Amino acid sequence: MDHEITFTRHGVWAGVRACLPIALGAGVYGFVFGILARQAGLSLAEALLMSAIVFAGSSQLVALSLWITPLPVGALILTTLIVNLRHLLMGASLRPWLARLPRGRIYASLFFMTDESWALTLGSLAAGAGDGAFLLGSGLTLYVFWGATTALGELASGLVSNPAQWGLDFAFTAVFLVLLVGLWRGKSDLLPWAVAAVVAIAAKHWLSGNWYILLGGLTGSLVGAFRHAD
Amino acid sequence: MRIDLAALLAILGMGAVTYLTRVSGFWLLGRVTPTKRVEAWMQAIPGAVLISLIAPALLASGMVGFIAAATTVLIAARTHKLLPALLAGVVIVAAARLLFHAD
Repeated sequence: MDHEITFTRHGVWAGVRACLPIALGAGVYGFVFGILARQAGLSLAEALLMSAIVFAGSSQLVALSLWITPLPVGALILTTLIVNLRHLLMGASLRPWLARLPRGRIYASLFFMTDESWALTLGSLAAGAGDGAFLLGSGLTLYVFWGATTALGELASGLVSNPAQWGLDFAFTAVFLVLLVGLWRGKSDLLPWAVAAVVAIAAKHWLSGNWYILLGGLTGSLVGAFRHAD
Repeated sequence: MRIDLAALLAILGMGAVTYLTRVSGFWLLGRVTPTKRVEAWMQAIPGAVLISLIAPALLASGMVGFIAAATTVLIAARTHKLLPALLAGVVIVAAARLLFHAD
């Protein structure tokens, strides 16, 4: 079931070209991440390091809302793992095409796999382009935009002295709401999301710390698993 | 250019587990096949986590927060663009604070 596959410079460029319009849109998220990172107390170096090493938008935004002193390092790592578990499915779906490539190229390219570059790559491979370097090219394009716009957002945020006066604290909620609108697949999401909301509100009320995020996320997604698998 | 030690540890840890999720799906599929239910569970996680994050905050944010959130969702659903949706919500909150000193 494995497909014929190459890994060429031509494939990298095909990925770059296909991803440029999407990278512009992702850059808006990077810019907002930079602004919010500054508000959450991350220095320019810390925000850039996170964008360079983690390079996963929604989990980075979620991390910012956990960013308090003293830093809950364990909770941050665990929450990031949970939010990014969906990468497992994405990586698995590429296996029929990438399996024959040298291991080093696969595991290096997979570092740059995001929701967007994965979707483009799957489309390209399924259409028979047969070049695994597309994943690297599209991912690298997003990587460059994500890092540059993170820095721009951090620097722009430094110009605003009192963020709350400008309603910028609401930007956190707004970004998550927009991400949710993008994730909405229809009425079958209603029950899992309602369960997540109720559990999170109850857990926030009765438990200390940030457990409400994981508790709500796990119960809601388990309800979703049973709704969607049937 | 300041990097706090705890922040460095957190970021390195977050990066390590994220890379693990990126490679282990590819690696695992050579060995096991996930069931439909496990797939559906993983796909449902990001939405449920995001809801859990904002639900308590929204509940506590009062009328202004609710109106701003509803406007953001409506514009996002129509345009599928982050910036106009986000700006609308932020402007509503800022205007309410400026005009009514409300929260």
